[in-house]
Amino acid sequence: MSADRLSPLVLAADESNDRRQGTPRRGTGFLTEPFRLGTTPSSTVGPYLAIGLTWADGPDVVAEGTPGAIWLRGRVFDGNGDLVPDGMIETWQADPDGRFDHPDDPRGAVATPGFRGVGRSHTVEPAGEYAVRTLKPGRLPDGEGGLQAPHVDVSVFARGLLDRLVTRIYFADEAEANAEDAVLRSLPDDASRATLIARPSADGYVLDIHLQACAAKGMDETVFFAV
Amino acid sequence: MTGTTPRAPRPASDSALTLPRYLREPADRRTPLDYAGYKSTGLRAPLRTPVDLPHRLTEVTGPVLGEDLVTAADADLTLREGGEAQGQRIIVYGRVLDSDGRPVPHALVEVWQANAAGRYRHVVDNWPAPLDPYFDGLGRVVTDDLGRYEFTTIKPGAYPWGNHHNAWRPAHIHFSLFGQAFTQRLVTQMYFPDDPLFGQDPIFNSMPTTARHRAVSRFDLERTQPNWALAFQWDIVLRGRDQTPFETDDDGDVA
Repeated sequence: MSADRLSPLVLAADESNDRRQGTPRRGTGFLTEPFRLGTTPSSTVGPYLAIGLTWADGPDVVAEGTPGAIWLRGRVFDGNGDLVPDGMIETWQADPDGRFDHPDDPRGAVATPGFRGVGRSHTVEPAGEYAVRTLKPGRLPDGEGGLQAPHVDVSVFARGLLDRLVTRIYFADEAEANAEDAVLRSLPDDASRATLIARPSADGYVLDIHLQACAAKGMDETVFFAV
Repeated sequence: MTGTTPRAPRPASDSALTLPRYLREPADRRTPLDYAGYKSTGLRAPLRTPVDLPHRLTEVTGPVLGEDLVTAADADLTLREGGEAQGQRIIVYGRVLDSDGRPVPHALVEVWQANAAGRYRHVVDNWPAPLDPYFDGLGRVVTDDLGRYEFTTIKPGAYPWGNHHNAWRPAHIHFSLFGQAFTQRLVTQMYFPDDPLFGQDPIFNSMPTTARHRAVSRFDLERTQPNWALAFQWDIVLRGRDQTPFETDDDGDVA
């Protein structure tokens, strides 16, 4: 409890009080600031994440054989431009109608049947690569009167990362939607926007993630977000 | 648009639509990404300041899963492959709460750890301590209606690693939690009280001084099972949330 966050009652105390100015009044039963528990600090997944965080169906946001399913693929690189072979990415996204299968979606959760929304892929095998089988998300409200472009929220975990990194995957063939997207518009330049935009591939889309820039190999650092 | 047709009164429920806003812990109370003492951060922690991402639908929702991924046997790490693991049997239990003190029910908790000798069952771990055929080091539990979890395991051993001279990791269990929203996702480690290795461990010391004690479990004699297992209690606190109005248009859609 810092002195500048004491209640007006305490700050108004003067010599006529029977206690030292600026100290809380004992026994009033009132808190002088909102009661909050401190959050548990994060830590690294370490090199052995595959023991505890591997699911046989981890990469499957939708089951095999789902009509219209695509693969989101990519590689993860470090500041030397080397592949990161002991990391994991997780994806979270809306369904093709732009809806989440979650009770806090105020529009009512109406998710596509069989659509889990979450994907998990470690980068252990093949080393440095991730792949998630999913459906392309739809546009959804941005809460400010506009629409968000189709996107996937991404968490990156690895040995050497003491907290997860958060980024987003957008889609290159959604130029019009991307141009209206508040998050993409908030970025300083096209070069940083480009680090979030996946290119179409033979079976879906591809986006590499760069934990740091590597100038020698012409690699730019991916934009990461504070949530 | 005619501009003259009177609009129907908005149903009461529409004006009550809100999106939760999740509180962000100040940076000085969070584990920093770049911690010089932990060498592997050097080429991996991003060099740029992260961009603030306002909480929209994608961030206030999140994977709600667990029940179909977990069986009762997943909560007991001491009985695997038809045998019983070596080492000191312990019960680890606690609650998953948010920072407002509310329980987080039905949350998937995944744990992984080294065996009693400090060795992981992983091809990359070549520390010459014995592997235990009856211990795979993997457990899963789902919190109950009050956010409670409990599992039975073996106290993990300390082990050396190559980070610096005479570097040993304090005994720890890795934890992974989803919470109820993308913003609440947490991966962390639980430590044991009074470990003599805390002082030289950069991963433990990367946590801010004020937050370190929250990563250390509490020995609980009351929950210890006589002639069977010691008990450690550890509560996990995820980010709490405020309610913030979320505008809707006259059709009740989120606009």
